[in-house]
Amino acid sequence: MALTPSSAIPARHRVVVRRRIAEGVVIGLLLLATLVAVTFLVTILGYVIVRGLPAIDLAFFTERPKPLGEVGGGIAPALIGTVILAAVSGAIAIPVGIAAAIFVVEYRSGRFAAPVRFAAELIAGLPSIVIGVFVWALLVRGLVGHYAAIAGAIALAVIMVPIVARTVEEVLKLVPNSLREAALALGAPRWKVILSIVLPTARAGVITAAVLALARSAGETAPLLLTALGNDFFSTDLLRPIGALPLAIYRYAISPYDDWHTKAWGASLVLVLVIGVVGLLLRVVARQRVR
Amino acid sequence: MTRSFDRAFAVGVAALALLVPLTLAAITVLVLIDSWPSLTTFGLSYFTTTEWDPVKLVFGAAAYVYGTLVTTVIAVVLAAPVAVGAAIYLTEFAPRAVRAPIAFTIELLAYIPSIVYGLWAIFVMVPVMRSIVEPGLQATLGQLPVIGRLFSGTPIGLDLLSGGVVLAIMILPILMAVSREVLLAVPPTQREAMIGLGATRWEAVSRAVLPYARPGIIGGAVLGVARAFGETMAVTMVVGNSSRDISGSLFVPGYTMASAIANQFVEADSDLYFSAIVEIALVLLLVGIIVNGVARVLIRRSIADRPAGAVI
Repeated sequence: MALTPSSAIPARHRVVVRRRIAEGVVIGLLLLATLVAVTFLVTILGYVIVRGLPAIDLAFFTERPKPLGEVGGGIAPALIGTVILAAVSGAIAIPVGIAAAIFVVEYRSGRFAAPVRFAAELIAGLPSIVIGVFVWALLVRGLVGHYAAIAGAIALAVIMVPIVARTVEEVLKLVPNSLREAALALGAPRWKVILSIVLPTARAGVITAAVLALARSAGETAPLLLTALGNDFFSTDLLRPIGALPLAIYRYAISPYDDWHTKAWGASLVLVLVIGVVGLLLRVVARQRVR
Repeated sequence: MTRSFDRAFAVGVAALALLVPLTLAAITVLVLIDSWPSLTTFGLSYFTTTEWDPVKLVFGAAAYVYGTLVTTVIAVVLAAPVAVGAAIYLTEFAPRAVRAPIAFTIELLAYIPSIVYGLWAIFVMVPVMRSIVEPGLQATLGQLPVIGRLFSGTPIGLDLLSGGVVLAIMILPILMAVSREVLLAVPPTQREAMIGLGATRWEAVSRAVLPYARPGIIGGAVLGVARAFGETMAVTMVVGNSSRDISGSLFVPGYTMASAIANQFVEADSDLYFSAIVEIALVLLLVGIIVNGVARVLIRRSIADRPAGAVI
């Protein structure tokens, strides 16, 4: 509709024109907001890829860091550390998280179901540095007596449990009650119903929950600073400090050496790739299930 | 036999599950015990004074609280309009085919660890802030009366403004994901009724959809505040970590509560110093619990019984 002088069109028409223009302006602004958000993602990912790629060669994955000032070397101890931390924290957090979900959904009548759910939500909302302070006080100063891989793994486990518990809870709720009732009617005891009917039915969701939690914890830095500390040497000893990818990125990023900066970008690329691929896969799996 | 195993299984599940509330209780108790000396020594002056002196053993965290508040406010003020706008566009106006892919792409940002944001911020964002954004702000808004004070000082890039901006980028995905979820949960009849009355699409959205979704969107913003509040690494890397005074300018290096813990935790060489640092964690713990509680009530009211997305 062409914009004719306002006197030439009837008043009602003018209102319509004004409403249309207002709508166009608003949609333009909303589109702008979307573009801004997308631009930030593309820029950040772009930098991680472009600056990270030059750091990556075979030595990057297989060697330990070279002494100060020497170019070359790799981040292998940090990679191995991240894998060990993930394995140990997963071994602790996944069973506890699943048990918490079973407790909340399958033993709903219990008096303590609500507090478990509530506590999981509150822990999920805690800043991760607070969890680091807690584990430091409990293990690094207390039971273990010094910085140790096991303290880092437990800090990560505390972060993972609520993620596992709440995701599994949602999945267990989707299992039809008729399945449970049918099994119980056949005389199956409660534990058998849970272990051989409910959990296998929800298997895909349970695996998703575990992987999601692992992906989340792989990038955690602050709690590890206070617990696992970091280590430039290969170590698999749970009672000694251990390296981790996020710790390596932090140390390299705040250092004054160009070669270390490149290493920080490379380590970030590895971390983002692992987490991004996992996130993508989960999304695809989730979508297939919905269909 | 079977019955007794059934009982044992139930007890086992309960024992593992009760670890969750036990952990929360242990966190609260340990942090409370460790901050007790500081709590009793400084009382309220801990929150009202800015002198943080490990030598004289006088600790007031007001500057850290201020740094956290300022960066959080900057983050929400910058991120909320962009996130809500993008969510509205993606649920109401964008071509159907691109809605899900774009939303998913933005939500992928939530998966990027904060240390990577920090790295990007140090090497890419800070130089831009120092040489372009901050001088630009100084030349324009800095000339205004009153507001100009915010932009006084030398632009160095490692300051409260940079801390707030990196936080804004970080909370953008979660704000957007929650807003989008809430908007999707608004019944289509809300829109259809307005459009049936002759409203344009924007009128339908602004008068029938947004009021309906408001509690949930506010809940999402509060959740973003909770994230920003306790976020540590990315902010620590760009916020400057030096000034202990409250100057009123955004162009001064500062500390947030979380970055103060990260930077000083291992330096604490006396019991009182350590206790004062743990008291920061206590404050973060209490605020985290309160803010998250509020956010979840608001969002739940909006989404009713839809299962929450993984991002939340």
